[in-house]
This record gives sequence, C-alpha cells and structure tokens, in this order.
Amino acid sequence: MSNKIKHHLTDDLLMAYAAGTLPEAFDLMVATHLSLCDHCRARAESFDAVGGFVLEEQDATVAMNDKALAETMALIADGAPVANPKRPSCSVLPTPLQDYVGGDVNDIRWRPIGMGVKQAILPTTGEATARLLFIPAGTAVPDHSHNGVELTMVLKGAFSDEVDRFARGDVEIADEDLHHTPTADISEDCICLAVTDAPLKFNKLMPRLFQPFLRI
Amino acid sequence: MFTEIDTATLDEPVASRPSQKPWRAKKRIKGKPVNRAEDSCDTRAEWVSHVRRIRDAQDQAAFAELFQHFAPRIKAFLIKSGSDAALAEECAQEVMATLWHKSHLFDPARATVATWVFTIARNKRIDVLRKQRRPEPEDLGWGPEAEPEQDDVLALQQETAQLRGALTALPEAQRQLIEKAYFGDLSHREIASQTGLPLGTIKSRIRLALDRLRHAMN
Repeated sequence: MSNKIKHHLTDDLLMAYAAGTLPEAFDLMVATHLSLCDHCRARAESFDAVGGFVLEEQDATVAMNDKALAETMALIADGAPVANPKRPSCSVLPTPLQDYVGGDVNDIRWRPIGMGVKQAILPTTGEATARLLFIPAGTAVPDHSHNGVELTMVLKGAFSDEVDRFARGDVEIADEDLHHTPTADISEDCICLAVTDAPLKFNKLMPRLFQPFLRI
Repeated sequence: MFTEIDTATLDEPVASRPSQKPWRAKKRIKGKPVNRAEDSCDTRAEWVSHVRRIRDAQDQAAFAELFQHFAPRIKAFLIKSGSDAALAEECAQEVMATLWHKSHLFDPARATVATWVFTIARNKRIDVLRKQRRPEPEDLGWGPEAEPEQDDVLALQQETAQLRGALTALPEAQRQLIEKAYFGDLSHREIASQTGLPLGTIKSRIRLALDRLRHAMN
C-alpha cells in the first residue's frame, strides 16, 4: 500500500465498476488500482452501497418458484464451489494482474515492439483491450494520441509526459485531446498496465505502419 | 468524461470526517441504532445478525428470512438487467447459496447486507449474462483477527440508512438515472452526471474499516 498515489480514478469509472457495466479490460484496470489505493477502494465501495439501495428498491413482489428455498438449500448442501487460492500481491503485480499473467512479473510473455519497448497483451473479452508495457529507463514511447480513452497505470518505475510525472499506482487518463510522449525515468525501467477502448493514433508515419501488427 | 482526474468530487470537507472515535447515536434503545429512517432500517440492521447466525450456527431459519427478503429482489434486479425469468430464478438461488457459503467473508463495518448481496448479484450478472470475468481487487485479510468493533458496525449501518434516506429524497428523474446506471443503460461516459451523490460520509467510514484491515494484516 502506498499513500503516495497522486493520480486517481474518476467517479464515473468507479461507479461503472460498482455497477458492473465496464468492459473487462477496464474492470482489470480498476481492480488493479484498487489493490494499491484504499482511497479509491473506499470510493468504489461507497458506490456499491448505492447498488445496495438500487437492489432494495426492486419490486419485492416478483415471485420465486414455490420450491425455491428448498432448491437453494439443496444447492447449499452440494457444498461451496472450490475457490482458487488468492495470491498475495507481489512487489510489481497486484493480485488481479497475476491472475491474467498466470504468475509473477517473471512470467510475463513480452513481445518487442521497437526501441526496446515491449508489450504483452492480456486476454480480456469485449471491446476494450488491456496490455502490459515495458519501457526501458530513459526511453520515450512515440508521440501518439487516442481515438478513444486510454488509461495507463504505473506498476514499476515512473514515466513523465506533457501532463505530469506518474509513479507506481498513478493512473493517467488520456482521451482524444491528449497528444503525449511518455518517457520513462532514467533511473529505472518502467512497467505499466494500459487499457484502451479504441486503437491509438501515432503521429509519425513509421509507428502508424506498424500499428496493425502491434494491435495497439 | 475522462478529461479531469477528479478526486475532489466525493471528498467532504475535513471537518466532517468521522474522527477515529466512532460516531455514536445520541441514545440507544436495547442496543439498536436510533436516528434510523422511518422505514425498515431496524430490520436492515438485524440482517447483520442473520448473516452471523448462518456463519456461526448454519442457522436455516435465519437464512429463510434473508431468502424471503432478498431472493425476489435479486430476481427482479436480474430481470431488469436483461435476463429471462427462468435464468433470473436460477441465478437468484445461486446468489443466495453464495451468501451462505461466503457468510464468513461479510464485513458489516464495510457494507450492509443489502450492499453485500448487491455485489454478489452484480458479479453473478457479469458471469452469466455478460459471460465475462470480473477482476476483483486484492483481498484484505478479513477474518476473526480483524473482527470489527460493534460501534463501527453500527456507524456504518446507520450511515448507509442515511444515504438511503438521501437517495430516496432525490428528484425522481435523478433516481431513475442512478437506476439506469446500475442496469447498464448508461455508458460509463454518460454517468458522469451521477457524481455529486452524497457519499462523503460513508466513504470515510469505509476508509476507516479498510485502515483497520490493513493494520490487522501487518
């Protein structure tokens, strides 16, 4: 747990996470951030309380089957489903990310995408995509903007761009209006989780040509 | 929209944060919270002991009462979320079975039973209706070693009742927008207008509960 997180998630994301209406990749971003940030976790759980209100307001006259309680007792008698043992968060990957990587930071299957930058696409369903990014110390990711929304959260190291400096747990929220060139701190390699609901637009020709292969 | 990183919206002024010493009702009657809303708050606080009776004694009578209250609401919630009646019935039963199996994980200093049941129903909806996994944050070490103080439980339950009162008092149009957001009828970009809900106090209360769990973990 770090109390140094400066860049947090927005209310609309936290409310949509509580409502359960986000694409899986965004859920993964929120769950990862909440693992590191109790400030946002408390905000998210207060939106759960609004969900509790919505549930209480539902029509209580909707009938269950006559035997519903007995059937449920039978379900209970079958025993609890076996839960996967939860791993504790490691120094780089919080628990929800470990589930998607299938292990620790050493188990990430990186693919080089040029200039020492590497990425690993994570398996999520739905419109949005999630990937891990490895940016070598001192390296800049090409100047790009976004068709949709891109959220980038630092897991290790730090990067700076035209907006600010972002360290572990900080989330940068970039939309159509932001053109930026994130550059990793010189002192340490940077690992980030990035999710987007639309492809990035690179502002120079070469990266644009490669974009179909990068799937970003 | 995502244009602003806004943490201030839900932050109440420092002065109104609950102090470390739990807030107390002015007067108690038989150990039950006062200041409760006119409606069923009294019953709602009792649901906590129902869940504990299931956890500690596998109490089927307590479960039957919870079932009678919550199962129809879960079913209605799932039907409104786009399920047909048969699937909603099946899922409502599974949600209630999960409540039984996970009764040891319920933390009444962080959530009311209604809030907790909502989260189980929501996760079931994502699993079954949207056929999607839901990543959850890291578990905090909830267990006997972190059993909450009764005062913390009462405070959270009372503040949730007050939130319920505030939400009930909202204009009808705004209440409907909130419902729409929770049924997925608004995109996450459209629900920005929902911010400004009166969540500051309950957020601070949950934050205290999280701090307690973090402390118990270390």
